[in-house]
Amino acid sequence: MKAVKVENLSKQYSIGVSRAPYATLRDSIAGFANAPLKLFRRNKRASDSTIWALKDVSFEINRGELVGIIGRNGAGKSTLLKVLSRITEPTRGGVDIFGRVGSLLEVGTGFHPELTGRENIYLNGAILGMKRQEIERKFDEIVAFAEVQKFIDTPVKRFSSGMYLRLAFAVAAHLEPEILLVDEVLAVGDNNFQKKCLGKMEEMSSGGRTVLFVSHNMPAVLRLCNRVILLDQGQLLADGSPQQVTRQYLSSSTGSQAERVWPSAEIAPGDTVARLRSIRVCDKAGKTIEATDIRQDFRIEVEYWNLQRRLRPSVLLIFTNEDGVCLFQSNDFNNNVWADTRREPGLVRSVCKLPGNFFSEGRVLVTVGIGTYNPNLLHAIERDAVAFQIFDRSEGDGVRGEYVGEWPGVIRPMLDWEINTKAGNPTASSYQEESLHT
Amino acid sequence: MDFESTVPESSVPLGDERIEGEISNEIPLIRIRPAKGWGGFNLRDLWAYRELLYFLTWRDIKIRYKQTILGVAWAIIQPLFAMLMFTLFFGKLAKMPSDGIPYPVFAYAGLLPWTFFSNAVTNSGNSLVGNSNLITKVYFPRVIIPGAAVCAGIVDFLIASTILLGLMFYYGIALTWSFLIFPLLMVITTLLALGVGMWVSALNVKYRDIRYALPFLIQLWMFATPIIYPLNIVPERFRWVMLINPLSGLVEAFRATLLGRPFNWVEIGLACLITFALLAYSFYVFRRMEKSFADVV
Repeated sequence: MKAVKVENLSKQYSIGVSRAPYATLRDSIAGFANAPLKLFRRNKRASDSTIWALKDVSFEINRGELVGIIGRNGAGKSTLLKVLSRITEPTRGGVDIFGRVGSLLEVGTGFHPELTGRENIYLNGAILGMKRQEIERKFDEIVAFAEVQKFIDTPVKRFSSGMYLRLAFAVAAHLEPEILLVDEVLAVGDNNFQKKCLGKMEEMSSGGRTVLFVSHNMPAVLRLCNRVILLDQGQLLADGSPQQVTRQYLSSSTGSQAERVWPSAEIAPGDTVARLRSIRVCDKAGKTIEATDIRQDFRIEVEYWNLQRRLRPSVLLIFTNEDGVCLFQSNDFNNNVWADTRREPGLVRSVCKLPGNFFSEGRVLVTVGIGTYNPNLLHAIERDAVAFQIFDRSEGDGVRGEYVGEWPGVIRPMLDWEINTKAGNPTASSYQEESLHT
Repeated sequence: MDFESTVPESSVPLGDERIEGEISNEIPLIRIRPAKGWGGFNLRDLWAYRELLYFLTWRDIKIRYKQTILGVAWAIIQPLFAMLMFTLFFGKLAKMPSDGIPYPVFAYAGLLPWTFFSNAVTNSGNSLVGNSNLITKVYFPRVIIPGAAVCAGIVDFLIASTILLGLMFYYGIALTWSFLIFPLLMVITTLLALGVGMWVSALNVKYRDIRYALPFLIQLWMFATPIIYPLNIVPERFRWVMLINPLSGLVEAFRATLLGRPFNWVEIGLACLITFALLAYSFYVFRRMEKSFADVV
């Protein structure tokens, strides 16, 4: 049974529009006056000023499927959801949707700070397309889910941000369309909240509803979806099983982010002391990789031109996770021999070895720089120069063992545990007195 | 024991069944295609979202006077003070004729529909831009936004009407049967405000000049409408110019219903005709511009 049928869907944006979102009357009048002149220039201009956010995308989705849509920024994911939820119209092609659509492109759309929690539930529900009766029927459930019973008649501007978010999500979660479109709603909120979101989505699809889920969060996509669509530059690149498509996405060279090479000195970051040439993420064999198993060792390789004898520049790497949390910094002067070596002008390759069972699951961004110390000077810096993905297959021999749920923490080290045992039952007197130390 | 009481009696499964029923019974087909001209103006869709119109109207009313000291009194203060000023300057000093009724009643009866109209046009004109967060995130027929802004003005209108009744009582003017036409005139004025407001709101999305031009144009419009003066002081041969403005016919008719004077059916008919033509044109323009709102706003 079909739920969504997308046929040759194309959406064109003119770049002029995105640069200056609205025109002024004067521009239009000027444009009108220039119209005759444009006749001569038209051929040149027309193709420059427009882009296809979606180009000839076709696919079908059956009822009950939970489909992930992935792709880099600007690949057309959000545009696709906007067309499916009828916020914007396609330029060409079309979509048939069999059933009521609920779209969650944002949590709390239309919430008004001056209105009370109760009033906002009704307003937001109506905006999301619920009938008043339906909201009334689910009202108590929504309030209970959001855990805001006490404050239900308080204006939401007095809510804490957590309460606000919970209430907003509670309304959305009780929307019961046949087809649900979700866009990165999970990017906000704490772990607990995200878990609630994921749980609710799973529940909906197992209840026979169709869910389309746009996300950058590969672990979530892998865990939830039974099918994944990969978009790239507005086109459908792959459509298939989550494992297969996410692997293709993570290892694809389309605009590779695991490697960065500066082709000339003019555009490379640097100064008269040192200039970056390349940085890449690679495995032990030296092959560039976009993603790595959480258990595997891997490397970051930086090449730069050293331009002087006088100073001793050092490469620094700063690792940040997707939430922008800085994980740590590391410098190549940790290699004591190198730190004391006199430098000669020339090309330098500096390789940082990273252990397995160290990073947590997810995407890690690497900022690279070259500095000299005493006095402290930064000669080159490139923020988020490369990125890599750490995935955890949960095959039982990782840090999380057999556990497949959410595993907290920005790092995931495999630590040594020492365990001692001694047989027997505790009695009132022996409870504290027994000792395992020998 | 505990265990048993947490097992739900029947409420949860019942709810679920009902939802399952909803799914299998009727599966609406939504076709999304690039729209042309009138193509996409879907009245059924508009009907399906009628509750949203109610809720947005209700929101506009609810938040309008939040954090104001005088609150709803503002709905009365605006026309009341305008009436006092007009009475002083035009009635007393300039000795403006007023069709033989006391000038305060005359002015207020004109100001009442005018205040509604001008506020409705101003609010709905700015409504799409003001609700851009909704437009870029959720689908619903966009007409609902300027529509709700117009509807929210009706409440103010009704509140302000009480003053008129007070004035009429004070001057000893009795209501007559022709007052029954009043709701009809109200509907037409609302449609006119919707027609203008919708058009302005759509233009405002694209041309932000509108925001600055609007207050000024509204002011000019007031002088082009017989509010401070009666229509009959305009020379007969120029009167048709005045009547191109449908509000002229409507304001005159408002006065006639309240004060029990004969109607000029030709004027009212003309006003209706122009109103409907404007509304149709405005719907058409709105529909054509609607598809780009989310991309432009």
